[in-house]
Amino acid sequence: MILLQALDIGLAFLVFAVAAWTIFARGAFAATVGYVVYGLLLSLVWIRLFAVDVALTEAAIGSGVTGILLIGAAARLRGAEAAADEEQPSGFSRLAIASLCVLVALALAAVVLLFADQGPSLAPQAMQHLPETGLGNPVTAVLIAYRAFDTMLEKVVLVLAVVGVWSLAADKYWGGAPGEARAERPEPTLAFLAQILAPLGILVGVHIFWVGADEPGGAFQGGAILAAMWMIVMMARLTEAPQTRARWLRLALVAGPLVFLAAGVGGAIFAGGFFAYPPGFAKPVILFIEAFMVLTIAVTLPMLVTGPPRREPRR
Amino acid sequence: MNLAADLFSVVAIGAGVFFYLAGTVGLLRFPDALSRLHALTKADNLGLGLVVLGLLPRAESPLAALKLVAIWALVQLAGATTAQLIGRAVRRKGSAA
Repeated sequence: MILLQALDIGLAFLVFAVAAWTIFARGAFAATVGYVVYGLLLSLVWIRLFAVDVALTEAAIGSGVTGILLIGAAARLRGAEAAADEEQPSGFSRLAIASLCVLVALALAAVVLLFADQGPSLAPQAMQHLPETGLGNPVTAVLIAYRAFDTMLEKVVLVLAVVGVWSLAADKYWGGAPGEARAERPEPTLAFLAQILAPLGILVGVHIFWVGADEPGGAFQGGAILAAMWMIVMMARLTEAPQTRARWLRLALVAGPLVFLAAGVGGAIFAGGFFAYPPGFAKPVILFIEAFMVLTIAVTLPMLVTGPPRREPRR
Repeated sequence: MNLAADLFSVVAIGAGVFFYLAGTVGLLRFPDALSRLHALTKADNLGLGLVVLGLLPRAESPLAALKLVAIWALVQLAGATTAQLIGRAVRRKGSAA
């Protein structure tokens, strides 16, 4: 028991140390590496808190996808970084920024430390109504049943983010393909990894989605793994990103929110409430919605990473 | 039988931890990027391999044991690929900083 506590305290110090290192790191790339490590450590913390669903999401989205977005940004900013370093903010504004950050950190710490021992919790209600959803994983029940509307809107936000990225394209590239073209001779090392990992990863992604009904996992984590597999195949340049004007791509992007919304409206007609699921029939409906959400997430994240279209559309 | 399995676990995991320690010392102390990579891949390969080997008798089911081995194999794949990519980047740069 004491050993586990020592492990927890060590983990907490490690998180602090990596966070500090990330802040003080020179150069955007080093800071990004620090941030990815920080995310992986955080997912270990979540596992120690027995929140495996959150740990999976943190590793896949917080560390993985955000990390790759930041690395892309750092690579693009490499030329501008030296110039940005020279225009340091004045001593006064740096002091003001630092004190504001410390103030926010202290306020957050105070809120956490002043919590009552038994914080307010909806967990008992969530567990009590779990059988009605037919699910075994309360996290999935919260996401797709209890607060279905929020989750649907989160998917809309993802689609809007893709629209925002695409809007950065020059006029002549609108509708064209983003990212690098497929290479005649792909990078051999990455191609090797992609060819072995992608089939396995697709299997794992679908598995994580499927077991999410009863065990840790779910649409978001499974979709993120599928997205990672597509990204690896594109990075190895075994395949290239589709044209952004492709009908199937646009359909896949909106499929998740659209099916979700349709199910919500269907609930209003057949089950007596917006986003209500028919009794005894909830689980199939939830899995149906989740399947389309997996598709949307698996398409949205790579489109965010590959960026705006960079080639003229082909007819 | 139980004692033998426990002993096996302790010895294997202990040996795995030793390789991790050696890999970390190498990462911190070796002079250039390529030899640091060399130290790291030993930790991934042998260290994790021995830890997984030690955990095998403690797995709840054959399926769980298979998952452990699969994790080791996947880490091998990722580690070897990353080492190749970093090594190539170092060589292209021309310096072993």
